[in-house]
Amino acid sequence: MDMKTSSGKKLGLKEKYRHMTRGLDWETTYQKREDVFPYVAYEGIKIHDWDKWEDPFRLTMDSYWKYQAEKERKLYAIIDAYAQNNGHLNVTDARYLNAIKLFLTGISPLEYMAHRGFTHAGRAFPGSGPRVACLMQALDELRHAQTQIHSLSNYNKYYNGFHDPAHMLQRVWYLSVPRSFFDDAVTAGPFEFMVAIGFSFEYVLTNLLFVPFVSGAAYNGDMGTMTFGFSAQSDEARHMTLGLEIIKFILEQDPDNVPIVQRWIDKWTWRGYRVLTLVGMMMDYMLPKRIMSWKEAWEVYFEQNGGALFKDLSRYGIRPPKWLDQISFDKDHISHQAWATFYQYGAIADFHTWSPTEDELDWLSSKYPDSFDKYYRPRLDYWREQAEQGNRFYNKTLPQLCQTCQIPMVFTEPGDPTKICYREVDYQGEKFHFCSDGCKEIFENEPEKFKQSWLPANQIYQGNCFPDGTDPTVEGFDPVSKVLEYYNIQAGRDNLDFDGSEDQKNFAKWRGMATSNE
Amino acid sequence: MSTVFIALQANEDTRPIIEAIVADNPHAVVNQQPAMVKIDAEDSLVVRRETIEELLGREFDLQELQINLISLSGHLDETDDEMKLYWNA
Amino acid sequence: MQMDLRTVSIQPLRQTYDPVARRFGDKPASRYQEGTYDIQSTANFHYRPTWDPDHEIFDTARTRIVMSDWYAFKDPRQFYYGAYTLARAKQQDAAEANLGFVENHGLVANLDAGLRDRAIALLLPLRHVAWGANLNGASVCAYGYGTAFTQPFIFQAMDHLAIAQYLTRIGLLLGAEETLDKAKESWLADDAWQGLRRYVEDTFVLKDPFELFIAQDVALDGLLYPLVFDTIVNGVFAAEGGTPIALTTQFMTDWFKETRRWADATVKTAATESPENRALIEKWVGHWRDRAAAALQPVAQIAVGDKADALIAEQVEQFNARLAKAGVKV
Repeated sequence: MDMKTSSGKKLGLKEKYRHMTRGLDWETTYQKREDVFPYVAYEGIKIHDWDKWEDPFRLTMDSYWKYQAEKERKLYAIIDAYAQNNGHLNVTDARYLNAIKLFLTGISPLEYMAHRGFTHAGRAFPGSGPRVACLMQALDELRHAQTQIHSLSNYNKYYNGFHDPAHMLQRVWYLSVPRSFFDDAVTAGPFEFMVAIGFSFEYVLTNLLFVPFVSGAAYNGDMGTMTFGFSAQSDEARHMTLGLEIIKFILEQDPDNVPIVQRWIDKWTWRGYRVLTLVGMMMDYMLPKRIMSWKEAWEVYFEQNGGALFKDLSRYGIRPPKWLDQISFDKDHISHQAWATFYQYGAIADFHTWSPTEDELDWLSSKYPDSFDKYYRPRLDYWREQAEQGNRFYNKTLPQLCQTCQIPMVFTEPGDPTKICYREVDYQGEKFHFCSDGCKEIFENEPEKFKQSWLPANQIYQGNCFPDGTDPTVEGFDPVSKVLEYYNIQAGRDNLDFDGSEDQKNFAKWRGMATSNE
Repeated sequence: MSTVFIALQANEDTRPIIEAIVADNPHAVVNQQPAMVKIDAEDSLVVRRETIEELLGREFDLQELQINLISLSGHLDETDDEMKLYWNA
Repeated sequence: MQMDLRTVSIQPLRQTYDPVARRFGDKPASRYQEGTYDIQSTANFHYRPTWDPDHEIFDTARTRIVMSDWYAFKDPRQFYYGAYTLARAKQQDAAEANLGFVENHGLVANLDAGLRDRAIALLLPLRHVAWGANLNGASVCAYGYGTAFTQPFIFQAMDHLAIAQYLTRIGLLLGAEETLDKAKESWLADDAWQGLRRYVEDTFVLKDPFELFIAQDVALDGLLYPLVFDTIVNGVFAAEGGTPIALTTQFMTDWFKETRRWADATVKTAATESPENRALIEKWVGHWRDRAAAALQPVAQIAVGDKADALIAEQVEQFNARLAKAGVKV
């Protein structure tokens, strides 16, 4: 909207925004500043002038409502049409749905955590610029959680594994990976939260999450997911500029902030990279029609784009994140190592796994010429043969988990993909285990935090993952079925191989109804 | 040299916007992807309100870009007249 | 191959997500239900907040209100993000039209100068009250428990920011950029505003999210909005030829009418839960109502002079009647 003063002077965007936001706050005098903003000092970040904060988008609430409402109208019109027309039968292949299950259980509840986390951060900062930006993002994140739940609601009606995402996030073994990532960020101080989520996740890594998922959806005929994905991304662009702004702001305020921020960048790039292993697996194995390999996506969105970013930040004395050598070596390996893990533990997951088809294996060989045929294809071939003979392999022993990232210890030594990487630390008379130098160092910097990790495998062994009232001493006690009950995974429907699943049968039947006259 | 980019949904709303960006940034490279257009440019990229308005034949508020924006990289500076993406390095 | 998928009639396996089905049965659910119920984590938190090690990330113990189920709360407007945003966009269109009408027809120039000064003196410092309410909305949303309870508070926070911004526009319409600075000086130094500023600053340090809700959304908003926007702007000012001012504040009038229903429902649900809750709420409401009424008295005086006492008394009476309907006697 145009805005004039009574004298007829027209205000520009910057002036207008200054009046609409900056002039609103004041120094409290009836209550002490440290009581009003109690969480802003303890991380050691020094801010001398909150007004130096630049708001890149300068959005006021009237414009916010206007543009967001337009996005919502478009989005829900498509969701409705997609549901009414049985759009789910248009996806390439029912195996695709498992990628979306992974999204709904692993990502959507985190959007909700982001909503609460940004509300907390916005409340914590005394400056009006960052407060408004954080709270607007907090509102957007609620949007993302809800539009995802609403978009996928129709899938839940027809397919298994979608039925209880928030419950599963808090319990299921592999979901402790994304969950602990966000719990870690939210329990950190507000500045670290902003560097963790606003900068490292939103700015550096979010393209790797959304662009492959969303283009993957478009490639695989899933218009519903494509629509919420793009609609969410349009907010994301705003969030990314906030993430970059917070970093610049903190670094410019005081040179003492640089080493603190550097440690956070190291930590959160590594933490985020570990979580994205799930996305790598999704891209390389779970999309029937592939868009690009994980390795290619990493090169475009992390190496190229992140490279430009860190070059820019070097003038503040910031160097690229630690462990990049290992990350660079691992891009040939992690998606294969992750898929092998989920394939083995397919009995206790809420989505299906399968043996890739011959042409899918060929695609992987061509995308990973240096690693796939040598290290990973023979194992997949073997498992497929076994499955065809009726010996589908399910691993029944719980894996050891990394104390920091909580991923099973399946990653290999930097430079040697034949050797599992183990690290350990003695702390307060206990031994803690890690998958990598990165995770070990993160623990060593904050042992009091990470000794608290709720590790799903350990919790199962301690008897904490059975439904209330379970007696594990009774004759014939079956721990796996009780754990599945605790997870609310419906045995035989949500889990096991895709081949022979209810999803597979229903999809084939319903598609048949659409293409024939029977 | 560092690359900045802007990615927009490919639809009727963005067609003139993309045309305007191309006109104002001869060094930009347009990549058509499924349902999306990604425009890369070395060092900086500018989106001008006037150019878009000429192509649209109506007034345009640069904040309308938000509706169809997918992603971007680089520092951002927005005024009433233009939106600029750039790297300092 | 293009399939005509609409012709396929297939039976769904289930109608909605499990938490919604557990509460309401497996039947088609509303978007409010699917987007609200049980989406906040409650179990197996990994780490304690470094900023509040005595509590979990989400913790019922942050408030003294005790609920057997925090999803007993229900927003009567059934606002999830989409419904909220569409409703506000519509109101924004109306507000924009009103502001544009006043501006384009030069209606401000025709206002009596004395009335205009009183309006500026009354309305402009309220920008800061709304800004404070924005902070408090964020607090309750961040530290409250359960999405059904917390979700409306991010809407409240952003609504208050919008109100602060509408008041800014009104200030620029009635005056100039200096008008905003002068109003801030009043807020910081004039005696008339110090009671209210102290009230607002005291709410900033409240740790109990439910008490903060009572202090901000029930007591302060519950007295301030009907007093300032209904009684003074729409009543007193309009009668003195100030209808253009009333046009510019219509958003606030409509907003309060709408949000009041949500606040009442929230109070009622918590008070009905137990006699302990009710006693606590009655204590909080009584305390903050008395403070708010006292703080608003000199503010009302700016606009209506010695009629302030009578107007405030009338507001308090209506407030008490309103709360009695929500099951709270004060």
